Amino acid sequence: MRLRNYAIALSIIIALVLQIMPMPLTVDQFRPDWVLLVLSYWALAVPGRVSVGVAFLNGIILDVLMGTSLGVHSFALCLSIFVLSSNYQRLRNYSLWQQSAVIGILAALYHLVMFWLQHLQTDVLFLFTFLWPVVTTMLMWPWIFALLRKVRRQLRIT
Amino acid sequence: MNTMFTQGPSLVFRLALALFVSVVLIFIDHKLDGFASSKVYLNSIVSPIQYLASLPGQLLSSSADQLVSHQKLLDENARLTYQQTVNSEKLQRFDLLKAENEKLRKLLGSPIQTPAQIMVTELMAVDNNPFSLQIVVNKGAIHGVYEGQPVLDEKGIVGQIMEVGTTNSRVLLLSDITHAIPLRIARNNVRLIASGSGQVAELMVEHVAHSADVEVGDTLVSSGLGNVFPAGYPAAKITSIIRDESRPFAQVRAAPVAQLDRLRYMLLLWPSNAPSMPVYQEEQVTGEPKE
Repeated sequence: MRLRNYAIALSIIIALVLQIMPMPLTVDQFRPDWVLLVLSYWALAVPGRVSVGVAFLNGIILDVLMGTSLGVHSFALCLSIFVLSSNYQRLRNYSLWQQSAVIGILAALYHLVMFWLQHLQTDVLFLFTFLWPVVTTMLMWPWIFALLRKVRRQLRIT
Repeated sequence: MNTMFTQGPSLVFRLALALFVSVVLIFIDHKLDGFASSKVYLNSIVSPIQYLASLPGQLLSSSADQLVSHQKLLDENARLTYQQTVNSEKLQRFDLLKAENEKLRKLLGSPIQTPAQIMVTELMAVDNNPFSLQIVVNKGAIHGVYEGQPVLDEKGIVGQIMEVGTTNSRVLLLSDITHAIPLRIARNNVRLIASGSGQVAELMVEHVAHSADVEVGDTLVSSGLGNVFPAGYPAAKITSIIRDESRPFAQVRAAPVAQLDRLRYMLLLWPSNAPSMPVYQEEQVTGEPKE
């Protein structure tokens, strides 16, 4: 089946689209990190196919899409996905809310690393509203997990 | 999947490689600006994702346009006709004043200002990166857009073009933290520089002496110095002044007059000294903007 081969790529593209979709400013600051969520799931479920390399590629795409210097998103994304990839056997056995907490911590790491890298380039100021996506990412994890697991089982992706 | 025996280089090695390449890329891109030419191609490659992302918004707004009520259209038509009448009266006076101004300038021997060419552009995407304020508009290199081009909306200056793609380009907003614009106060021609604060609706006016004649509510217009923004377009209004004598300068804040958080249609401006000429598409051959 053709869809089976493209399911991972398709889900990542949908995540990229959701990541940059224009939103009103009030909603925008709560936008979860879709790409991080989807990559996290695949890194836990199929660590042989999605790990640091895919994260790097997606980071570069995010950099071009968002106009940051090339390498900022890829740096943060690689670091977060590496933590998952190297501990996937342990994390798979965690309950859903424990996984949520781990994803939340990784999202915080992702945002702080990104803030730090951009702080080195320009004097951006840190506001705590920058960390809202951490909360929404954490809340989104169970739903993304359930959805992608259904996709994975339906299409028997290994 | 092979969980027992990993293939290829180890994970730690791959991470180290990825992080190293990222750091090198950041360095080359930020410090050396080494990707300026390849950014056009990179932007063109990812533009399908941008089009996809802006699709739902476009569908929503087009269906909203379709479903608008008859009464609403009539009201809008009446309002626009009224506005058009008022504006055309102003325009008649403007033509007269322009001719007079040109005559006076000739008498004084100062150069006559040539009019700028404009093109209407539409918002395509807004970056959700909280550290930089940028938007993407749907005109690019094939329309003659160039880097550093001023962008306006119907109220005032929005920002300038930062990166040009083939069919779209990226606009750096006035209030981005890396942006600064030379301005003058319309009331008394005091020259100032306003730099972005990183917040959408706030600019910081820097190096204002305590004795400078600045008041809350003053309109700041572009001064034309710096050769990016042509002179005379409104950019910001002063919102607060703190004259703390213990500091070397007064702390002056201003708000952009353009509504940077609710942009839709914008104008691209080609001043007389622009390095490229606008290329109008079929519907705009006359050189008149469509909207």
